[in-house]
Amino acid sequence: MTQVKSTMAGTVFTVNVSDGEEITNGQVVIVLESMKMEIPIESEKDGKVATIHVNVGDFVNEEDVVVTLED
Amino acid sequence: MNKIVIANRGEIALRIIKTCKRLGISTVAVYSDADIEMPFVKLADESFRIGPPPVQQSYLKADEIIAIAIQTGADAIHPGYGLLSENADFARKVQQSGLRFIGPKADTIEKMGDKIGSRKTMKRAGVPVVPGTEMGVATIEEALEAAYRIGFPIMLKASAGGGGIGMVRCETEQALSQHFESVKKRAKAYFGDDVVFLEKYISNARHIEVQIFGDRLGNVVHLFERNCSVQRRNQKVIEESPSPYLPADAREKLYEAAVNAARAVSYENAGTVEFIVDENNTIYFLEMNTRLQVEHPVTEAITGFDLVEWQIRIAEGKELPVKEQASIKMDGHAIEYRIYAEDPLTFMPSPGTLTKLDWGDTSDIRIDTGFEEGDKITPFYDPLIAKIIVHASSRKQAIERSGAFISSVHIEGLKSNLSLFKDFLKTEEFLEGAYTTTVLPQWLKNKKGV
Repeated sequence: MTQVKSTMAGTVFTVNVSDGEEITNGQVVIVLESMKMEIPIESEKDGKVATIHVNVGDFVNEEDVVVTLED
Repeated sequence: MNKIVIANRGEIALRIIKTCKRLGISTVAVYSDADIEMPFVKLADESFRIGPPPVQQSYLKADEIIAIAIQTGADAIHPGYGLLSENADFARKVQQSGLRFIGPKADTIEKMGDKIGSRKTMKRAGVPVVPGTEMGVATIEEALEAAYRIGFPIMLKASAGGGGIGMVRCETEQALSQHFESVKKRAKAYFGDDVVFLEKYISNARHIEVQIFGDRLGNVVHLFERNCSVQRRNQKVIEESPSPYLPADAREKLYEAAVNAARAVSYENAGTVEFIVDENNTIYFLEMNTRLQVEHPVTEAITGFDLVEWQIRIAEGKELPVKEQASIKMDGHAIEYRIYAEDPLTFMPSPGTLTKLDWGDTSDIRIDTGFEEGDKITPFYDPLIAKIIVHASSRKQAIERSGAFISSVHIEGLKSNLSLFKDFLKTEEFLEGAYTTTVLPQWLKNKKGV
């Protein structure tokens, strides 16, 4: 399992992937709103989305897992 | 007034405390868990925790802040800027609780917060507005039809928007189609209202605003203009007063339009009327900010007035401290630089600990900051570290002093945009002073291209 972690603390603005979706390295999985800016969180691996751990409006901390991928 | 609750944080909370101390008014701070070590919490006479770090759970909790004001026997609430400052419901609740709101009437905040409504109000008052739609555009079909009538390029904007969020420039039909739903969505997410409208995009324009003040007796004065055209992501980074390259007749028109705008809504307290000024010095009303601005210190520098004191006096029901326009004089030139915890090239926020915060020789410089060395810039709030305000007898001298001063400042532990200013101050565009709102992104683009 590969975990995609948030690089910053912020509020989830959009969730850009869906369950079971095949995604690629560099693809934006969620967008955070933090410090008056929208910050895209990207996957660093190819994979299939197994679990989305956050919903729009949730507050996440740096290093929180936002999406888990099946390898 | 004897006691004021400050519904804000950081540098602006400290700024308000400073004036209150001088006037012998005691202060009450409210703070989130992230801010417990911040100077404003320590320097206020009383401090109350209001919740965890996210603003929805702390600084936006209107009812709790009002309850603290009642419980501590305060007379008034100062909202600062951002957060609850332009929330008409909050202003109304404060007044209904028997407290004074240090700002305009709730109805004025409401009227000016709706960009479509404020454009109508200003048009009726004879203030020129940017050409655009009279009402919101509900569908992409309506938007496209309006865009062709107005002519591309256009700005697609959220009616309830502000702070540079919820607006996109569209050059073509494709761009408008592409951005329409996302701007609506952003408008809904940030401002709770998805009404959007279109304005003509004015090319080669400057953003120049006028500080105004009104009192309960109907007196209105302006405190000159501020040129805020150095921006990134539609957010200001440098502001200066007076504006360079503005002919006397255009300047007079700006003042007149701003005072008319204030009179049109019987404006009370501090307000800012923002204008777009095009390359022919034609002026267009953009919006009115019903609060103290981040950049108010440049106006304080050239007028010698304490704008927070003015706000307090007016909220007490007193007359404007100076109500004769002719008695208000401009002295020299002032420039403010916003120092942010962010990457100087990508502008990505850079939270962290200020392991070093050394301002060097500040004898003739004003620094407004909410932080001390060792403090943390947390990811929960705006990344502003400090505002540097330089005042000199001329623009040339102010820029020279700025360059020397900024080079002597040392900030470590996180990324800041200090280095950006060091280089930008030397550019021909800034030195000449005829710059427009695209100057900073354009300069960075050219620099990267080299």
